[in-house]
This record gives sequence, C-alpha cells and structure tokens, in this order.
Amino acid sequence: MNDAVLIDEQAVHRAAAAVPDPELPMVTIEDLGILRDVTVSADGRVAVTITPTYSGCPAMEAIAADVREAVETRGATAVEVRTELSPAWTTDWITEEGRRKLVEAGIAPPAPVGDHNRSGLQARSGPVQVAISPRCPRCGSPRSRLVSRFGSTACKAIYACGACGEPFDYFKAI
Amino acid sequence: MSGAPTAQLPPVAQYALRLGDDALILAQRLGEWAANAPELEEDVALTNIALDLLGQARVLLTLAGKIEAAGRTEDDFAFLRDERDFVNIQLVEQPNGDFAQTIARQLFFSAYQRLLYERLADSVDPTIAGVAGKAIKEVDYHEDHAAGWTRRLGNGTEESHRRMREGVDRLWPYVDELFRTDELEQRLVGEGIAVDASGLREEWHKRVTTVLDEATLTAPESSWTAPGGGRQGVHTEAFGYLLAEMQHLHRSHQGARW
Repeated sequence: MNDAVLIDEQAVHRAAAAVPDPELPMVTIEDLGILRDVTVSADGRVAVTITPTYSGCPAMEAIAADVREAVETRGATAVEVRTELSPAWTTDWITEEGRRKLVEAGIAPPAPVGDHNRSGLQARSGPVQVAISPRCPRCGSPRSRLVSRFGSTACKAIYACGACGEPFDYFKAI
Repeated sequence: MSGAPTAQLPPVAQYALRLGDDALILAQRLGEWAANAPELEEDVALTNIALDLLGQARVLLTLAGKIEAAGRTEDDFAFLRDERDFVNIQLVEQPNGDFAQTIARQLFFSAYQRLLYERLADSVDPTIAGVAGKAIKEVDYHEDHAAGWTRRLGNGTEESHRRMREGVDRLWPYVDELFRTDELEQRLVGEGIAVDASGLREEWHKRVTTVLDEATLTAPESSWTAPGGGRQGVHTEAFGYLLAEMQHLHRSHQGARW
C-alpha cells in the first residue's frame, strides 16, 4: 500500500452520475447524456468531462460545481471538471431511463434525431422540421400543436394537447 | 483589465472576436426584448435566442484571451473594450425597431450564421470547430423561428405586411457587409481556420429570397449600401448607446461577480 488515498473509481463515477440537472431535477446528468467521462488516475486525480446541452445553458456552472462537490465527498481532493463542446450533445444521448422520468414529470421526450446528426452536421440543410407532433404526456393523445419553439429553458418547446387541452413542455430534438 | 487594441492581436484571436462579437452584440440587442415582446412566448423565444448567442460568445471571447495570453477574460473583452475595438458586423448592432424589424435582422443574421458555422465546423481550430458544430443546431431553430414570423407577418394583415417590408428595407443595406472578406480572413482561410465569407453570398440570397417569396415580400432592388467597416471597428451611431448600457454596470463596479 502506498500513501495515496485510494479512490474507488466506480463510486466516483456513481457519485458524478447521480448529480441532478438543476433545471430538470427529476433527471440526472447521466440520464441526459451530459456526463461524458470520469477517470481516476493512478495518483488519485479525478477528471470529469461534461458537455453542455445548449451553448448558453446557464445550468452548466451549477452542474460543474455540483459534480465537484459530489466527487469530493467520495474522498477525491484533486478534481478537474472539463467542459467539452465536441462531439456536440444530442438528445439521442438521453437514456431510456431519462426519457421515462421526463414523461413522468409531464415533459414529452425528444423524437430521435438519427444518424444524420451524429455523422456530420453538413448533411443537414434547411430549417428544422417540427412537423411530427409529440404525444401528450398527460393523456397520451398524439394530437398536439406547437405553441412556441422556445420554452422555459433552452432545451424545451411548448406544445398544447389537442385532446385534453393541457399545455406541456416538449424536450426539443437536437 | 484592458489590453492591446484588437487590430494588434494575433490573427486567430481577432477572428475569434469577430465571431464572438457578432453573437455578443446580437444577444445584447435581443435581451432588450425581455418583458417588452408583443406576447409572452416571444419574450421567451427572443431571450432564448439571446442566451444561445451569449453562450457562443463566451467561448469565443475566452478563446481570444487564451491566444492573446495576456490574462484577459471573457468579461474583460465584453465590458472593458471601447467601441473601436469591437469587430462585429454592423447588422447586429442595428436597433430593434419594431418586432418585424427585429425578425428581419434575425432572418438575415441566422441565415448567414447557419452557412458560416456549417463550414466552420470543419475548421482546423478545435475550439472554433467545436463552437460552430454545437451552435449550428441552435441556429437552425433561430432561422426557422425568424422565417416563420417573416411568413406570418408578410402574409398577415396589410399592417403586418407593411411593417415586415419596412423591416426588410431598413436592414437590407447592412447585408452586403456580411459577405466582405479581407486580408486577415483570407490568411486564415489559407490555414484552414476561417471561412471565406464572400463564398456565402449566393447561397444566402437563395435562402433568404425563398423565405421572402413565401412571405409575399421582395428584397429591395435598388437600395443604398452601408459603407460598413464593422470588422475594422467602425460602427454606427446606435452602437455607442448599446455599449454604454451593456458595460455600465461592470465599469461602475469593477470585478463585480454574480
């Protein structure tokens, strides 16, 4: 045994993964695909890589601070939280578990973006297609209409259900 | 801290400031709509667009500081530079006018930014490529939003049509500057870092004309062209007032943080 504090990599990963998104506290940063990597080097240094959902997402600084705190409670003292822009985050990284939690909270999960986004943005041209309307998270009706492409946070749009009449948030597919 | 004049910075830092200043200044303009938009959804939409742009600006201004290596932060660049050291195009500093004018500005700028970022995503500079590759998805929404309103106002009432037309006419003179290139840009194009803005002109016109057609509007055929010079730090009268508002707090309370 050397003198270095032993840090359990799995425990550190679990601690970072459990950090909730401050604007969507029902989901964790792992559920959303914001957490990209956690590594513990031989000398006990922890490096956590996160990626922003939107360029101006105001939650990123809070997330970085929360990750640091969560990892430090696992005994890590040298913690670096890196923000990486590339590859750009996509809603396709939201896990099944994350999608389920969003629906439970009344937020319609994003439609799949597909390979054209992941393999290269150049393939995309023209304005976003928002023709496919999301299913109402309350009554399940597929009849919904777009109220506004921009909602209470950068990542959401506002829809209204054509059946039950309730407005709801839709997690925009990007 | 204040630093060297923009024109004396390393070329890549200057280029990062050009891109960053475009985003920063338009974000500031759009922020003026907070609590002033014609409806709540637009209040939210315009400030959301502003937030995306501000996020892009932060990374690019930080990059400029890193390249300069003199300790300047994003805040130093945003709040402590004087007018002549800002290198944004003049389109983004134009006053909001009415809602239609704001939408025309957004349509023109987002179409430009979309084409520019699509190409910058292949820049050999990893930060510029990263910002562009990420932001392009956001810009899609901005452009779509502006195009949707252009069509709605153009095809709406006589009054909304008139206002949309006036917005387009008012800002058209500032379009030419988007596609002017210079020695600095050309040098960085050669290094694979920058994009030749003049190469975007044709596709931009096709893209914007399509939307204007759908809105029963036309681009003005004979219009004066603004002399421009934003990339060299020359700005229009409205810019000084914008800077005064944007920088006032920081300059009054140096080092203040949230």
